[in-house]
Amino acid sequence: MEQFLQQVASGLANGAIYACVALALVMIYVSTDHINFAQGEMAMFSTYISWQLMNWGMSFWVAFVLTVLISFAMGVLIERLILRPLHNAPVLSIIVVFIGLLAIFNSMAGAFWSYLIKEFPSPFPKSSFGIAGVIGPHQLGVVVVTLIVLGLLFVFFRYTPLGLAMRAAAQNPQMARLVGVRVDWMLALGWGLAASVGAVAGIMVAHIVYLEPNMMGGILLYAFASALVGGISNPAGAVAGGFIVGILENMVAYAGNQIEKATGVYIIGNGEKLTVALIIVIFVLTVKPAGLFGRVVVKRV
Amino acid sequence: MSGSKKWVLGLIVLAFIVPLLRPVFPEVVSDYRLFLVSTMIIASIAVLGLNLLTGFNGQFSLGHGAFYAVGAYTAAILMDKLNVPYWATIPAAAIVCFIVGYLFGLPALKLEGHYLALATFALALAVPQILKYKWLEGLTGGVQGIVLMKPEVPFGLPLSEDQWLYYFCLIVMIVLFWAAANLLNSRSGRAMMAIRDQYMAADTMGIDTALYKTVTFGISAAYTGIAGALSASAIAFVAPDSFGIFLSIKFLIGLVVGGIGSLLGSVLGGIFYVLVDNSAQSLTQFIRNDLGLPFDLSAYTVFGVLLIAIIYLMPMGIAGGLYMAYRKLRGARA
Repeated sequence: MEQFLQQVASGLANGAIYACVALALVMIYVSTDHINFAQGEMAMFSTYISWQLMNWGMSFWVAFVLTVLISFAMGVLIERLILRPLHNAPVLSIIVVFIGLLAIFNSMAGAFWSYLIKEFPSPFPKSSFGIAGVIGPHQLGVVVVTLIVLGLLFVFFRYTPLGLAMRAAAQNPQMARLVGVRVDWMLALGWGLAASVGAVAGIMVAHIVYLEPNMMGGILLYAFASALVGGISNPAGAVAGGFIVGILENMVAYAGNQIEKATGVYIIGNGEKLTVALIIVIFVLTVKPAGLFGRVVVKRV
Repeated sequence: MSGSKKWVLGLIVLAFIVPLLRPVFPEVVSDYRLFLVSTMIIASIAVLGLNLLTGFNGQFSLGHGAFYAVGAYTAAILMDKLNVPYWATIPAAAIVCFIVGYLFGLPALKLEGHYLALATFALALAVPQILKYKWLEGLTGGVQGIVLMKPEVPFGLPLSEDQWLYYFCLIVMIVLFWAAANLLNSRSGRAMMAIRDQYMAADTMGIDTALYKTVTFGISAAYTGIAGALSASAIAFVAPDSFGIFLSIKFLIGLVVGGIGSLLGSVLGGIFYVLVDNSAQSLTQFIRNDLGLPFDLSAYTVFGVLLIAIIYLMPMGIAGGLYMAYRKLRGARA
């Protein structure tokens, strides 16, 4: 039983990370209809920035805040400089540009900081933090931090004029423009926020998966699965999807272990995590594209 | 015989003669160069496979590395476990990859644009892990992969191994490009392109869109799989981690740089990405030693910048750009 609880708890911690990245994906998808394939690499790059800042002697939380701000600027810049001119380009061009960004961020991180795996510190005190035997201090910290970030985002979108303007720009650009919302800038801000949330996820997960240029590959795949499970057009659904997928991932591995113990037959384990995510992605896309909480889009022909 | 056909024939004859000049110019026509050209040929077959799907049928794939991997592993397992000769692995890989591609094409029918890109992207990310799956370990050799023998020169021909490999790849490439050109120039080819350009109209006119899309997926996978099988023979080694997401990105580079929806573009794209891949190291040395910057330039920085630049400057790729330039020149003269 205790082992089971442990699995759920660590699933929640992973889920928090997936929820963040999935939310970043959904924020861009809702406002521009694009799936940002470079989201994971952007988060990875941000994590390296925070590592560099800490290496220069800053404390963890100062570097954390600075990185989130830098990432915000980075996101806004990418939208303004690279994607804005392609506003009406065909889908394939946009996908190609995202893959280009992915390749650039990945190789630049390798060029600046080398491909060697780096340890990343955890800011959470080891003693008197966490619940003994169930959840470790870092995992609990990850859940708390991401919940705070998600809460802040909720307050921002729900209760501030700017958040309202951003939602309006995403839902109905023409009308928003008519009532004086600067839709272009709202999209850029959305990119900035997405990059910041991704940075938070990267910094939080780096202690667990270690820092290296390819660290976000698997996480991005799980974030895709989360966003799809929750419904890719629904931010709250993406967060829920993140936690669902995080727990599911650990449950599958746990069940695989139990089966192996009981029958001695290996079916599935930690080595198949990405395959599980792939199956979730394809299953949801083909069987229920709207996800659990998404809106069913009816196309008029 | 039309002008362009003459050109192609001339190039093919040239491609057959040049390696024979090795005794005359041993420096220029070295074994290493021939091997490099062989990898370019393999690359252009793989890019052609992707082009058939994306360029001519309008279905996106960011995961063609998966089919390349299936082709390579089919060939490697056949050679390693069943002692099948290398040339017989090519049709075997084609059949296996056609089936796998066709099956993947079935769920892909329900997906459009971004979603298909997403599903294939997910496939590309998961491939190395699938290849390491414990139950397949007996066949695939797990993380270690499979070590093979290089193809031997047949019939006692007076050729070096690399020369023979070059000819073998060249012949396969010519057959495949000839088949692709004929396919595209037929009723089926026109149906494929009609689906790309006007899906609804094609459907209304009675084209079996589902059949064409899935079969195209299969053919495309078979082409890329053949390239994978050739690469297994050429490199004489397969391992899971060489089939990650970046392999699929290379094919995308070849597709976009060469020209989407162009046969010639597939050749140019394949040549291009192998060239950049191979010159990245010397570029890095140039930056480190001559410019004195502590910076390791990876081929992927070049790839990424080029992907974005080409979308801005030459959306039709090199082949499209050349064609436009040619048209302009002709127009100016007339």
